[in-house]
Amino acid sequence: MKVFTIDKKDWDAGIEKTKSSYQVFGPVKEKEWHCFKALDKDEQPDMTYTNTRLSPKFLVQPQTEPMFTYTLDESQPDHHILKEINKDASPKAMVGIRPCDASAFLLVKRNFDAPQYQDPYWLKAYNAITFMGFACNDPCSTCFCTSAGCGPFHEAGLDVLLVDDGDRFLAKSLTDKGDAFMTAAGWKAQADDAGKIEAMKHAAESKIGSRISTGNLKAKETTQIYDAPFWEDTAFSCINCGTCTYSCPTCWCFDIQDENRGNSGVRLRNWDSCMFPLFTIHGTGHNPRGAKVQRVRQRFMHKLKYYVEKYDNGIQCVGCGRCIRLCPVNIDIRKVCNLMNDYDPAACVCPA
Amino acid sequence: MIMIQQPASARLNQKRGFTVQNPYLPYPVRIDEIITETEDKNLKTFKFVFLDSKDEERFAYKAGQFAELSVTGKGEIPIGIASSPTEKGFIKFTVNKVGLVSTYLHSMKVGDIMGLRGPLGNSYPWETMEGKNVVIIGGGFAFTTLRSSIVYMLDPANRSRFKDINVIYGARSPGMLLYRDELAAWERRDDINMHITVDAANDPSWKYNVGFVPTITEQKAPVAGDDTYAIICGPPIMIKFTQPVLDKMGYAHDHIIMSLENRMKCGIGMCGRCNVGKEFVCKDGPVFTLAQLTTMPKEY
Repeated sequence: MKVFTIDKKDWDAGIEKTKSSYQVFGPVKEKEWHCFKALDKDEQPDMTYTNTRLSPKFLVQPQTEPMFTYTLDESQPDHHILKEINKDASPKAMVGIRPCDASAFLLVKRNFDAPQYQDPYWLKAYNAITFMGFACNDPCSTCFCTSAGCGPFHEAGLDVLLVDDGDRFLAKSLTDKGDAFMTAAGWKAQADDAGKIEAMKHAAESKIGSRISTGNLKAKETTQIYDAPFWEDTAFSCINCGTCTYSCPTCWCFDIQDENRGNSGVRLRNWDSCMFPLFTIHGTGHNPRGAKVQRVRQRFMHKLKYYVEKYDNGIQCVGCGRCIRLCPVNIDIRKVCNLMNDYDPAACVCPA
Repeated sequence: MIMIQQPASARLNQKRGFTVQNPYLPYPVRIDEIITETEDKNLKTFKFVFLDSKDEERFAYKAGQFAELSVTGKGEIPIGIASSPTEKGFIKFTVNKVGLVSTYLHSMKVGDIMGLRGPLGNSYPWETMEGKNVVIIGGGFAFTTLRSSIVYMLDPANRSRFKDINVIYGARSPGMLLYRDELAAWERRDDINMHITVDAANDPSWKYNVGFVPTITEQKAPVAGDDTYAIICGPPIMIKFTQPVLDKMGYAHDHIIMSLENRMKCGIGMCGRCNVGKEFVCKDGPVFTLAQLTTMPKEY
């Protein structure tokens, strides 16, 4: 592992150089908000940003992704037989991704890279990317990453950790992919004060003002938390808009649809959301999660209980705080997590 | 996903630079036969033949599993496999006309090309039930994977692996029973005890039971014991009233086996909608014991 120092005046030229071997993505301000986009020639990532409004998950799992094409024209020899679409696996680099968003991909990977089945679309897109993460010196007030198994300088899921240190960046290359990216950029100068990163990390972590408690989640009985009295209250104001799931870097649920135009068509998948009643409705009209409270409960139970039990590797949340910032009715996952973690049915004195 | 050989469509796709097996890619099949099963004509059985006969080997399945029927241009539906692994040369499904895909499928004709993705899910616990008595309790059109199971157990190669086989199967009326010719043939055998029933019959020649499944279960099901497993598959109302009967008869909850249904898309535990607690009905199920289900939320 090497730590490099990059003078900020050499930054733009280095990014430009990487574009000959990578398609480079970075945070760019569009209207009011930042978003991740493919950088054009001479376009630079905005390294003064806080975080993107939506998570960058769409670069691995696009909101709409064609899976297969087909023809319905019976004069064609392969009519009604699905054909795979060749996906772009050329090298890509995500420059400036926040550690929480990069780490989120690792949580999602457990779903798409399972022992029995592997999702070829997700894996191909993910494996093509080099992640140059950007440490958070100044986390937001809604960040709770340090108690969600992550942190402002978290390295898991990154190939390079970039730290803003005034008139220079410190770049800690963590993998071979990271080394290759640094070489492509032509950044060679090794830092002689690499230890500074550790001090900056502690300073950033101490700025994280909110915490969640997760230690009891795994041991709790699923059915007891499921039947807890706080769900009605929690769900009361929810309008099932789905903003939380669409902005979340660790939500991956999707729908599969066929779309036809004339005699040809495409089978594609679209982001879906457990907030929507159509997500689970049966053909008969029966809906196991037909009521709003059931859907709100599903979202939190999935992230904070089912996932914890299934993988025994922490919660399905990195503490980015997007759902808290964007929820139109101020539902706060930190509060719900603590309710779940602290729930004791024996101590419950709610009027039953 | 471990696949020994690539299906025809995958080979076609390999030419385009693909090497990884795509679990979303169906095997191409042709509709070989369509049978209208019930008097209301809402249930049809579709017999499929694989375009590439090698795909049939790749589709090796067990009774109780399901598959995604892929109607190109419409979408996919998860349907229990009604044929038995002992029946070769075809795969059979009985489909109720309900939504977009199943309604379109009902209008398709013999010779049409579509896709089949699977086999998916676990199966009935055949290793656990080996050497045991098996009681099959089914209602309405949920009899498909139960038919698969009966044909499988009655196969000469398998019959000796099980002790007594009892089947309690009910439908609203005689004309709503599935697989009527086979039911009649099983009635004539002495190595399976059939208890066919209907809610009501206006046919004076009806010679079997009249009454709801829970009632007939109480009258005909064998006594409970370590050696006896019950498989229940039917509409929620049937399950709701049959389970207390089995409880009363002393069936242990780990000896009551049930198959769940939920809305599905991917069928491989990825798209997120069919979960019941931490389990996915598509991948971890659809078959669960009642003992397992009591630890899970009732989201099915």
